[in-house]
Amino acid sequence: MQIFHRSTNTFSRATIYGAVFIVVGIGWALMQIQRSPYVTYAGVVKPQPVPFSHKHHVTGLGIDCRYCHTSVEVSSFAGIPPTKTCMNCHSQIWTNAQMLEPVRASYRSGDSLQWTRVNQLPDFVFFNHSIHINKGVGCNTCHGPVDQMPLMYQYASLQMEWCLGCHREPQKYLRPRDQVFNMRYQEPSSARPVEFDGKSFTEQEALGSVLVAKYKLRSVQDITSCNTCHR
Amino acid sequence: MEDAQKTKREEPAAGLVEAVCPSKKLDRATVEAQIRQTTGPEYWRSLEELAGTPEFQEMLHREFPKGASEWVESVSRRGFLQLMGASLAMAGMTGCTKLPLEPIVPYVKQPEDIIPGRPKFYATAVTLSGYASPVLVESHMGRPTKIEGNDKHPASLGGTDIFTQAALLGMYDPDRSQTITQNGDVNSWSAFVRETKGPLMVQKNIGGSGIRILTQTISSPSLADQLRAFLKIYPQAKWHVYEPVNRDNVLEGAKLAFGQPVETRYDFSKADVIVSLDADFLYAGYPGNTRYIRDFASRRNPDGKMSRFYAIESTPTSTGAKADHRLPVRAEEVTRLARLIASGNSGLSLNSMTADISAFLGALEADLAKSRGKSVLIAGDHQPPEVHALAHAANTALGSVGNTVFYTDPVDANPVNQTESLRDLVADMRAGKVDLLVIMGGNPAYDAPADLGFADALKSSNISLRIHHGLYQNETSEYCHWHVNEAHALESWGDARAYDGTVSIVQPLIAPLYAGKSEQELVSALAGVSDATGYDLVRAYWQMQHSGTDFDDFWRKSLHDGWVEGTTYAPKSVTAKGAPAASSSTPVDSNSLEVNFRRDPSIYDGQFANNGWLQELPKPMTKLTWDNALLVGPKMAAREGLKTEDMVTLELNGRKAALPVWIQAGHPDHSVTVFLGYGRKRAGIAGTGAGFDVYPLRTSAAPWIATGGKLTKTGSTYKLASTQGYQTMETPNGATRPLVREANLEEYRKEPRFAQEEQVPRELTLYPNIDYTKQDYAWGMAIDLNSCVGCNNCIVACQSENNIAVVGKEQVIRGRHMHWLRVDAYYQGDRDNPKTFLQPVPCMQCENAPCEVVCPVGATVHSTEGLNDMVYNRCVGTRYCSDNCPYKVRRFNFLLFQDWSTEQYKLMRNPDVSVRSRGVMEKCTYCVQRINERRIDAERADQKIKDDGSLQTACQQSCPAGAIVFGNINDPGSRVAKLKAQDRNYGLLADLNTRPRTTYLAEVRNPNPELEAGERS
Repeated sequence: MQIFHRSTNTFSRATIYGAVFIVVGIGWALMQIQRSPYVTYAGVVKPQPVPFSHKHHVTGLGIDCRYCHTSVEVSSFAGIPPTKTCMNCHSQIWTNAQMLEPVRASYRSGDSLQWTRVNQLPDFVFFNHSIHINKGVGCNTCHGPVDQMPLMYQYASLQMEWCLGCHREPQKYLRPRDQVFNMRYQEPSSARPVEFDGKSFTEQEALGSVLVAKYKLRSVQDITSCNTCHR
Repeated sequence: MEDAQKTKREEPAAGLVEAVCPSKKLDRATVEAQIRQTTGPEYWRSLEELAGTPEFQEMLHREFPKGASEWVESVSRRGFLQLMGASLAMAGMTGCTKLPLEPIVPYVKQPEDIIPGRPKFYATAVTLSGYASPVLVESHMGRPTKIEGNDKHPASLGGTDIFTQAALLGMYDPDRSQTITQNGDVNSWSAFVRETKGPLMVQKNIGGSGIRILTQTISSPSLADQLRAFLKIYPQAKWHVYEPVNRDNVLEGAKLAFGQPVETRYDFSKADVIVSLDADFLYAGYPGNTRYIRDFASRRNPDGKMSRFYAIESTPTSTGAKADHRLPVRAEEVTRLARLIASGNSGLSLNSMTADISAFLGALEADLAKSRGKSVLIAGDHQPPEVHALAHAANTALGSVGNTVFYTDPVDANPVNQTESLRDLVADMRAGKVDLLVIMGGNPAYDAPADLGFADALKSSNISLRIHHGLYQNETSEYCHWHVNEAHALESWGDARAYDGTVSIVQPLIAPLYAGKSEQELVSALAGVSDATGYDLVRAYWQMQHSGTDFDDFWRKSLHDGWVEGTTYAPKSVTAKGAPAASSSTPVDSNSLEVNFRRDPSIYDGQFANNGWLQELPKPMTKLTWDNALLVGPKMAAREGLKTEDMVTLELNGRKAALPVWIQAGHPDHSVTVFLGYGRKRAGIAGTGAGFDVYPLRTSAAPWIATGGKLTKTGSTYKLASTQGYQTMETPNGATRPLVREANLEEYRKEPRFAQEEQVPRELTLYPNIDYTKQDYAWGMAIDLNSCVGCNNCIVACQSENNIAVVGKEQVIRGRHMHWLRVDAYYQGDRDNPKTFLQPVPCMQCENAPCEVVCPVGATVHSTEGLNDMVYNRCVGTRYCSDNCPYKVRRFNFLLFQDWSTEQYKLMRNPDVSVRSRGVMEKCTYCVQRINERRIDAERADQKIKDDGSLQTACQQSCPAGAIVFGNINDPGSRVAKLKAQDRNYGLLADLNTRPRTTYLAEVRNPNPELEAGERS
């Protein structure tokens, strides 16, 4: 007596071979999830107490990054502006805007604004802004087109492979120091060459290699040593 | 069978509790509630310390069973497969984590001088028994995170001691008293002020005749001034002083010699011959020890003019371990020897001595005679006044006064005989003369001499108002109506004098965590001004002292520098009355058992009992942690049949205490040593119940050295947690060279390269043969064993800098303590008087690191600068690396030793160092966070890191001896490179071709050739 239908044979064979694909598939899916914005938050706008627009303040008003992020050139931490910095202007303009009430409330009460951190690294990673600025890494190289962001979001994945992308080939990303805070800076091309040290560059690799030497970057082996970021 | 297993597994916890302690049903909820009340589970790994109740202990034993990292239950095949399946499935998932959203909170108005992410340093001071240790405190966004020595201050020169380092944990201790209490109930400062007003008014009418203030030793000029002003308002009131570890003998000795209290200051940098009369002057707790260690070490360089150090010593100490000649004698005997030395004519009574002693004294006398004006005799604080007076007489006779020995005004603002002061107080308390007792700091109900009966006098109800002011609710506060929580030195304004009289202004690093009040604020409130802040009081005092118009400049400069200019005591001339007459003609009965009471090397008089860093710090000689023991010499142990860890009852004048035995090489016969400070009943989670209380044996007549003790074995044993013997380095086959290498000066001069061994050819290795000489930096360390005095400061400094966890006694017994740096003790020779060597061992940062090749996940790899990096987030905890480390310097987090939940510890940690979790290996990193910080600073200025002291590891920075030197060995001009080029330089187990970056400078001692010849023959 046959309990199972004959088609079960085919089905079971298919399952056995299929299992391989299923396992690989699950693995692939997990890897995709791990790299997806769901996990990394890249491109995700996080809830904030005030809908602060970098686009308006940077592109519209032309405020420099360092007006608010004051310690970016000297400290590991770029700095989040105190309420006072907001009130420098907003005690004069938009004084009644409902949107800015949390800012005024903070200034009145002396309680800090509680922002949600946008670019967040795990606690075992020690990143230093000042040295990156010093070596010619532009703000928007990592933070993306902040000047075009009505609401701030994290641009890159901030995963280790992304960090290493630059630490392994810094020449692909560096720019002259005086261009670090320029949000409109574009890589050199034949259409828009970049001047540095009296020379004109039309290719990033060429410019980058000069900068690596000029800014005394440590070797790739040095800056990919574990203790560069993990202590 | 499966059913049986199931029931066994699902047995509810409550059932387990009943099984453990059927008499008293403790349910899990109650116990958990109790645990919650007591904060800081980090220190709870040691279950013995947890609580007084045995049920509690037993219960927790079951909650975290012995061998928690081992699988002790037998597992069925099915269970095993289930677990393995689950583990494999989960293994890949551990890397997949989604960071939770994190708030980021800016200032409302940012202080101008704060740069987030960059620490600031403030100069202040931490006091111990009145003496200030000048320090620089690192502050991250208003949180003190590390204490370092003040390199510009003459009393520190950058060094600190263990108590100073551990003050940081003391401030963040969650067990500190957090509120003002009245009869045990929470109350407020305003209520305290209100309720004390009435009794003070009553006292005012009678001139304060019922007021007694009991303080600890005070050197603070402002506080002393306040107290004197208070005594003017209440002229009949009295100020008593008591501390269990006091300097009564020093004071009385000075009075005996000069008729007045003077402070003795030594200059060991000028001393050719040093004679210690049982003085532990190279260890924390001795006033001026940090400076003395630096000066002593400066004369131990065999290429310069080396000093010679004779130690006459009872209890073996790390100070005695540094001696060129050590003479172990009973403490009582020291008086007689001191008399012989002071008389300068030891030949007279040679017949009554052993040949050893007479040879020792003869050599010593000859050396002293040869180096007139260049010698120091220093007497131990526990030696009777007579010995101090004899030392003064000898120093005067040898012309040392003014050259190596100086006399100054006393640092103590109220130099009275503290034992007598307390005796008077107790008499008044008994006689009903005391209505209002204010106890400022200290814990006399626990540590007062047993015969005075302080606690009983305090308990009796005839004192109508008893006020206790202190950092902790302790045995004394229990019997007081009011307890006012004190602000820690790092939270309050104040001032204090260092050993040389230099005043440091104490400035707060943080607002009081629990709204505590400083001593100044308390006294001010008692004097009628309850709203004065410590800042106002201290500033106002110094404004009075400062004559010029530039007070603001003076104040800012004093705060910035860490000391007040012009306050160092100038040496004063005093006339010695000559050697005192022998106090007693009764000969020492050398067969009567002598009992020595000593301050504990780690927790002092008990005030640091709740400090986990200090409790877990291996004591210099015994390497004991978390306990005190009764030290006996090997000879006596053999005669009495005592073994280490045997429990004995020590009987002294009818009082008894039970203690475990520790056999200590070098301890004199017919003598035992017990350490104060343990057996606290109310100290906190770490201190309560740890060790054995010996204060009940200590009397006012014989606080340090008592005779007529009696030992009886109880028959039981007690497990002690000593790290001696853990992390023993194996010397492999063929390795003939010892780990510590030494020679005497003559041998060294003949063969300077005595420590060297044949170099293993560089190419003879299977490791990748990397050449580091082309790099900008190659980090290395040199530790000079000649300078190192084994003071343990580096261990605590490292613990503080690198967020190292405390594990508790039980885990120490299992060898799971986490110190990245240990100090190994090695003995050599005769058990009764061995040569002792102390050797700090951090990670060797081998160029050919055996740990790296066995790591399956690449969690420990080399950096380009030769650092052996440990990558915590890669580590999966195989422990292969520590297994393969020949130096045994790797530490594994067997359990979750870090306290992740207590808020105070979150504030305390160094934000530049990862906090490690369970299952992760860790080890010394050469303070890589400091290297990176300095490198970034230098590179921002387009420079290289200079060898100017700006980059120092934590152990190096606060080493009082300057024995640890770290730096760039590729820079031939750097200090470390120069040290490594010396003949004495050698690597540990270098014949394994590990090429250690940490190397040692071999020890050279300077024995007296005559004595040496005698010993050899």
